[in-house]
Amino acid sequence: MSFPLGTVVALEGASGAAEATGFEPFLPGLVVLLPLLGFLANGALALAAGRRSADAVRAGGEWHLPETERPLTHTWPSLIGPGVLLAAFAVTLVNFVRMWGAELHEPVVIPYWTWLVTGTLEVAVAIQLDQLSMVMMLVVTGVGSLIHVFSVGYMRDDPGYPRYFTYLNLFVFFMLVLVMGASFPVMFVGWEGVGLCSYLLIGFWFRDREKADAGKKAFIVNRIGDVGFLLAMFLLFTTFGTLDFVPILERAPETLVYGGALVSAVTLFLLLGAAGKSAQIPLYVWLPDAMAGPTPVSALIHAATMVTAGVYMVARSSVLFALAPAGSLAVAGIGALTALFAATIALTQYDIKKVLAYSTVSQLGYMFLGVGVGAYTAGIFHLMTHAFFKALLFLGSGAVIHSMHHALHRTGRHLDAQDMRNMGGLARRMPVTWTTMWVGTLAIAGIWPLAGFFSKDEIIWYAGAAAGGPHASWYALFWMIALAAAALTAFYMTRMMLMTFHGGNRTGEEEARHLHEAPLTMSVPLVLLAAFSVFGGWINVPAALHDGWVGLFGALPMGEGLHHWLEPVVAAASEVRAEHVGAFHETAPLGGGELAWATFSTLLAAAVVAGTAAVASRWRIAPAAEAGEPTGGLRGLLYRKWYVDELYDHIIVRPVVATSRFLWRVVDAGIVDGIVNATGSVSRAFGLVGSVVQTGVLSTYAFVLTVGVVVVLAVMAL
Amino acid sequence: MITDSLVLSALLFVIGTLGVLIRRNAIIMFLCIELMLNAVNLTFVALSRLVGIDGQLFVFFVMTVAAAEAAVGLAIIISIFRHYETVDVQSFNLLKW
Repeated sequence: MSFPLGTVVALEGASGAAEATGFEPFLPGLVVLLPLLGFLANGALALAAGRRSADAVRAGGEWHLPETERPLTHTWPSLIGPGVLLAAFAVTLVNFVRMWGAELHEPVVIPYWTWLVTGTLEVAVAIQLDQLSMVMMLVVTGVGSLIHVFSVGYMRDDPGYPRYFTYLNLFVFFMLVLVMGASFPVMFVGWEGVGLCSYLLIGFWFRDREKADAGKKAFIVNRIGDVGFLLAMFLLFTTFGTLDFVPILERAPETLVYGGALVSAVTLFLLLGAAGKSAQIPLYVWLPDAMAGPTPVSALIHAATMVTAGVYMVARSSVLFALAPAGSLAVAGIGALTALFAATIALTQYDIKKVLAYSTVSQLGYMFLGVGVGAYTAGIFHLMTHAFFKALLFLGSGAVIHSMHHALHRTGRHLDAQDMRNMGGLARRMPVTWTTMWVGTLAIAGIWPLAGFFSKDEIIWYAGAAAGGPHASWYALFWMIALAAAALTAFYMTRMMLMTFHGGNRTGEEEARHLHEAPLTMSVPLVLLAAFSVFGGWINVPAALHDGWVGLFGALPMGEGLHHWLEPVVAAASEVRAEHVGAFHETAPLGGGELAWATFSTLLAAAVVAGTAAVASRWRIAPAAEAGEPTGGLRGLLYRKWYVDELYDHIIVRPVVATSRFLWRVVDAGIVDGIVNATGSVSRAFGLVGSVVQTGVLSTYAFVLTVGVVVVLAVMAL
Repeated sequence: MITDSLVLSALLFVIGTLGVLIRRNAIIMFLCIELMLNAVNLTFVALSRLVGIDGQLFVFFVMTVAAAEAAVGLAIIISIFRHYETVDVQSFNLLKW
């Protein structure tokens, strides 16, 4: 009997396509394999280092040995961790060049082995190479490499250094599985894997109760979303009989009714899954708490890659969403609402990482708005540019925190190293961080010609254009919300920069002398990411801007580059939309007007940045210890994050806990345990009655025995 | 003839049984058990006149086993006596829950 598990099966057709386009299984597989090898190597070092790092934690938390005297377990990860990522990035580039040359129109599916066969369900461990997964691979390995290099500088003194790189490599492995998987189950494996690594890294300093709890929160909130993902998969399987992307997306337009209940249910369930992973309302609450993890983790997992998985998933199932106007409307609505809501919270936060966290939630909202209105390319474009500038901003904040932490450590004072009220005037002491972070700020605010301008502007334009189709008033509302959130973004980012880098220093005289620029391993990634934040948007300059504005970008060869690149992936979805709604340029109520619109939005952003700078530079900010928390009024409401955590605590957490307590105390301990215990005590009672006969006196026994024999004989005789 | 033998063995068996039930001295009880065994032996021998040699043959087995049982039983009684310094069965009643 042949047992198909674990055997290499070349699926018909798929392998043929692989040969035709020159993608043999080795090179794409190597991209995934390298981080896995890094995980194994670092994991072995982490196990070897376990004892020693535990001792170091007991001794006071950090290594104070000179680098040359450190054990190998704490020096090798510096090479292995970033090394495998840089290698994976190099291999990805090779794949990219090949794909560029091959001019693919169909996705390449490379099956490695059959994973599971049950009934009619057959799932292969297979990689799907197409333009969309390639963009994601480049972002994950490219930005991932820079963050890994940064981590060397940031985490080197931590006793858990090898463990850190173990988790980080494992995360990249799962993230690549997520974006490269050729079917929903394989994607789900990556989906759950990154969730696990997120949990491990948020709770990296698990001796701190609060941080361990933040990890649990992230994990549990994500479970709620995963239920939606699973239900969507079940529905898709009962409809299509397969879970592979290619056949599902190919057959969807014929199989599913446009706007039907089935496709609406599937997309809404997928949206629930995406909202969990990508921190959208109502499941966004875990992401701000996730800032408990090390800052490079926040940059990699909770800004650049993992949290964008929901956007990627929607773009990957673009045909399904195009077929479900209600599902798409929900995606766009949740995105717009989240963009505004998170931006308002970011206005008043004092923790530098919290500002960036809410900013991330808000920007993810923009991406959802993009893919929700049907502009899948725009969503992915913003995903990419956001990965650049948000990773830059997070790493920059990491450099600031690192510097603050060292300065406070020197003088032995206990101040919050992340509270912006304790910073101020860092520009002179950290010029590289300051400059690069300003680049990131202008990029995220949407100032021409930085990356964020092109991507965010495109999303807002598409939202306006969608207001010409069905649900016009909703989309018009989303468009205005997105515009308002863009203004808020410019404000809170400028506020953060001014509080951190400008004005007088509020750390303390003694400490201020110890504030210093980050080491090279940290500043080089900052500079590279700043370069990407400037130039990253130029790959997708809209046609109108390409030629307009005195042809400033006319010299660039890649006008609308990403649109052309992703064309084969989103073509099917565009067809569906064109058939039922019409193309964007036809429905746009403003009749296009990209040029005027772009001028307006960048001027708006610039005005807010300049206005904020002018106003905020006159603020008198008290150090955190003297200020206390803002209470009352709108300011207090925003500072307390609209009391959403408290609300959830009251309407969800406490009822669940109360129900659980009821089930535990009454149902389990009372009824279930009661039945079991009753069985025992009833038997025991019968036993006690019986034991009265058992006197232990030999004569009694002999008498009873004799009586018994006589009775038996008497019965037999009669 | 055979009726007499059977009546005798029945009498012996009843005497043995009553001895076990009534007497409290472990050694007497033990002797009574031997008496019951030998009553049965007598029945075997008597009945072998009717059914053949098998009955007499079986008596040898009973005697052999009884000898072994006597050895074990007496050993137990001796060890009980060493412990309690009495062989009155009323004074040891540990054989219960």
